[in-house]
Amino acid sequence: MSTTEITPVSPRSGEFQRPVVNDFSIQVATINGSGSQTANSVLMRAIFQMGVPVSGKNMFPSNIQGLPTWFTIRASQHGYIGRKKEVDFLVAMNPETAREDVMKLDGGAAVVYDEPLQLNALRSDLHFYPVPFDKLVGPVCPEAKLRKLVRNMIYDGIVARLLSIDMEEIHKALFKQFGKKKAKAAELNWGACQAGYDYASKNFTKSDPYSIERMNATAGKIIIDGNAAAALGCVFAGVTVVTWYPITPSSSLVESMIGYLKRFRIDKDTGKATYAVVQAEDELSAIGMVLGAGWAGARSVTSTAGPGISLMSEFIGLGYYAEIPAVIFDVQRVGPSTGLPTRTAQGDILSTAVLSHGDTKHPLLFPCSPEECFTMAIEAFDLAEHFQTPVFVMTDLDLGMNNWMADAFEYPTEPIQRGKVLTAADLDRLGGFARYKDLEGDGVGYRTLPGTNHPQAAYFTRGSGHNEKAQYTEREDDYVHNVDRLAHKFESMRSRVPPPVVDQHPKAEIGLVAFGTSHYAVDESRDQLKAEYGIDTSYLRLKAYPFTPELLDFIRRHERVYVVEQNRDAQLLALMRLEYDAEEIAKLRSMRYYGGLPIDARTVTDDIIRQEGK
Amino acid sequence: MSTTVTPPPKKVNRIGLDVVGYKGAKTTLCAGCGHNAISERIIECFYELGVEPWNVAKFSGIGCSSKSPAYFLGLSHGFNAVHGRMPSVATGAMLANRTIMGIGVTGDGDTASIGLGQFMHLLRRNLPFIYIIEDNGVYGLTKGQFSATADVGSKLKTGVINDLPPFDCCALALQCGATFVARSFSGDKRQLQAILKAAIAHNGLSIIDVISPCTTFNDHEGSTKSYSYMKEHDEVLHELDFVPFYDDISVEIPDGEVREVEMHDGSKLRIKKLGRDYNPTSKFEALKVIDEAEKKGEVLTGVLYIDTGKPTFMDLLNMEDAPLATLPEAKVRPPKESLDQVMEELR
Repeated sequence: MSTTEITPVSPRSGEFQRPVVNDFSIQVATINGSGSQTANSVLMRAIFQMGVPVSGKNMFPSNIQGLPTWFTIRASQHGYIGRKKEVDFLVAMNPETAREDVMKLDGGAAVVYDEPLQLNALRSDLHFYPVPFDKLVGPVCPEAKLRKLVRNMIYDGIVARLLSIDMEEIHKALFKQFGKKKAKAAELNWGACQAGYDYASKNFTKSDPYSIERMNATAGKIIIDGNAAAALGCVFAGVTVVTWYPITPSSSLVESMIGYLKRFRIDKDTGKATYAVVQAEDELSAIGMVLGAGWAGARSVTSTAGPGISLMSEFIGLGYYAEIPAVIFDVQRVGPSTGLPTRTAQGDILSTAVLSHGDTKHPLLFPCSPEECFTMAIEAFDLAEHFQTPVFVMTDLDLGMNNWMADAFEYPTEPIQRGKVLTAADLDRLGGFARYKDLEGDGVGYRTLPGTNHPQAAYFTRGSGHNEKAQYTEREDDYVHNVDRLAHKFESMRSRVPPPVVDQHPKAEIGLVAFGTSHYAVDESRDQLKAEYGIDTSYLRLKAYPFTPELLDFIRRHERVYVVEQNRDAQLLALMRLEYDAEEIAKLRSMRYYGGLPIDARTVTDDIIRQEGK
Repeated sequence: MSTTVTPPPKKVNRIGLDVVGYKGAKTTLCAGCGHNAISERIIECFYELGVEPWNVAKFSGIGCSSKSPAYFLGLSHGFNAVHGRMPSVATGAMLANRTIMGIGVTGDGDTASIGLGQFMHLLRRNLPFIYIIEDNGVYGLTKGQFSATADVGSKLKTGVINDLPPFDCCALALQCGATFVARSFSGDKRQLQAILKAAIAHNGLSIIDVISPCTTFNDHEGSTKSYSYMKEHDEVLHELDFVPFYDDISVEIPDGEVREVEMHDGSKLRIKKLGRDYNPTSKFEALKVIDEAEKKGEVLTGVLYIDTGKPTFMDLLNMEDAPLATLPEAKVRPPKESLDQVMEELR
């Protein structure tokens, strides 16, 4: 059988279905803990190796074993790597969800399924491929205990055959995945892939329209998750003290970092670590250690998610007032306690921007890709030390935990910037210093580090009650002077945080604003708005808070500005409202998605069209 | 007309500093507060041992006790953290620069209530650090509520009787991993000095629970943390004498009378028997004497436990000897080849 020569025909109408090449999504529905992650990663990587732009989204439960998991791979010749709402090709391995999974498909989709589930009885408008997985796994995996894990690799072979994915690429991806140390396991899994491929060759006549063809759009690119990218950024930023408390979806950020630190940051001469990593007893302790370390001059970082951010609130206020550098990654997820901790959101924007009590505001960085997780990690440390304040890097579960196709990271060209720190020699020259005096008009004073070998080095660090010389005070004028200087310091960050990326369309009335992972849906939605409705749009992708002047200019240049974000309450828009005048605010519209899955282009397009009244 | 008076030669310590270099700002605590006496002892000990004050960092949480770091070692960096969470700040700072000496002052509310979690985890880590609990059984700064170290039956000024059992911070410290555990009384100058000096010489976590009466809210009849209660119930475990490493005095020690513990820096802590023979290297013994004293309504003071051999947190982390905070870029930013290697693996 040759899979490409068959003319695809719609099962219901008998009408011709146009071949769909490199532009569809594959969803694998399994049970977590069944080893499906390996099979899915191999499939995604094989498509990537064929030069086709690809993305992978794992939707998993807060559970270790036995609950439903869906992994969606999207191949897109246009390079769209956001989530695609529609599933085109389903691999139904989970009896619990199979029925609902099949019923949700659009007509004309294809289904590979475990034969005993008899899913073909449910609908007549789909392409069905039944596979007797249990019969196939026995001969390739004599050891019964391993069958549950190997079974999933069979569908890689089936899918490869049906979608014309080169088996050599599957082989390469599989052995890359297992590494040299696990060659035996790789061989076992390869046998399962081949069994699947052979079964499909002998038993299926290709009737669906989907296939993969080689392209050359992934040359030089890498596949990495955002958490690992952020971890690498920290390692190359020269991080020295790392603290953390395990929490989904941020744990793998520090776990990846530990791996890279062990590999690259043990001094070759002394055999000793040029870093310290502490798994703290909770997030309060994690941020306390970060602030203590930052105060004493380390480049210190912690990584957490929303619940941890809430717990850090009091300490962050102290960090703000005592003016201590710190970098905090917030890998955002859906809200508190049990429920949806494994689903993505951009729901901590407003609370983090003003985290703590009293008057506080904090710089936030919004990476949208693994490359930016890497570069913004480095920028965050430079900003934190320059402005002597906690800096938040706001990523999310989608970016942090999913595998992304990305450009290879560039080695930093700028040297590490440690900010305004006085040494013993400086103190000899100056004869002393005033810790909180603004000498250069940017609101940032000079600090000394404990252990500086000089009788004039010491100062006392406390909360809001201090004067320029760091002496205790409860005086009204001292307090006002201090908080005003802090506000001024925040203002001076506007020229130092990364500016937005603006794509201005000369004729557009509509402007779109997005940040972080909402970018991919907006990027694709703009093409949909143009192709389907003839609407031109401009686009501003925000990279940081406080806002830079480009945002205000962008609002002024457009009639209506849609702020796209993944939370219920339009949190970024709320921050914009705090800064802008009524005339600008009147132009702002909100487009929100908050269902816990990564936002998709269709949802954005439909909502904008609805609001535009078209 | 003026008379010329030749000032007497300044008395200085072994690094050439006079005692003023170890003082801090004027105290704002109440007259007679035990905490002031503790600050005095800290000043004396650091001065007498010739510790470089710029190589010391002071930490505290929130409360009356936690104000006191402003009143000693004015040439040392200080950090007034948030309530109950000084241990984490101190841990971070010590990791950033392992060459500095860290001293923390906290209270019974700061440690045994809001900060109990951080206290317990500090104990597990055996961080080289001096942790002094100024223990008066009461919240002073919020005007006299019971803390979690108040004894059962102890009475507030308002007549309220405490009916919940106290945490014994020394017992917790013993169980959870501190390597130097002592209890003292702010009114016992000689004992507190010897304990503080031994803690300065100790390479590991020192927990010193100092009963430090609150003259304003907890020094009345019916309080078990008052001066008069301590005078009657302070059961001194042994006589202590600290001999610093640079003092080369050899003294004939009569057999069975004195135990000598050699500290990390070569200093010696001489422990002279008082009534009973107590072995401070046994956790079991320590817990036993604490329990016996509690049953008798006594407050047992002295060095309860000392272990000079346990690895510190820094040892476990296999950290560079030089401060992490100031390692040069060449040490903390891996070369381009390392990044290229990772990128190649991800292609």
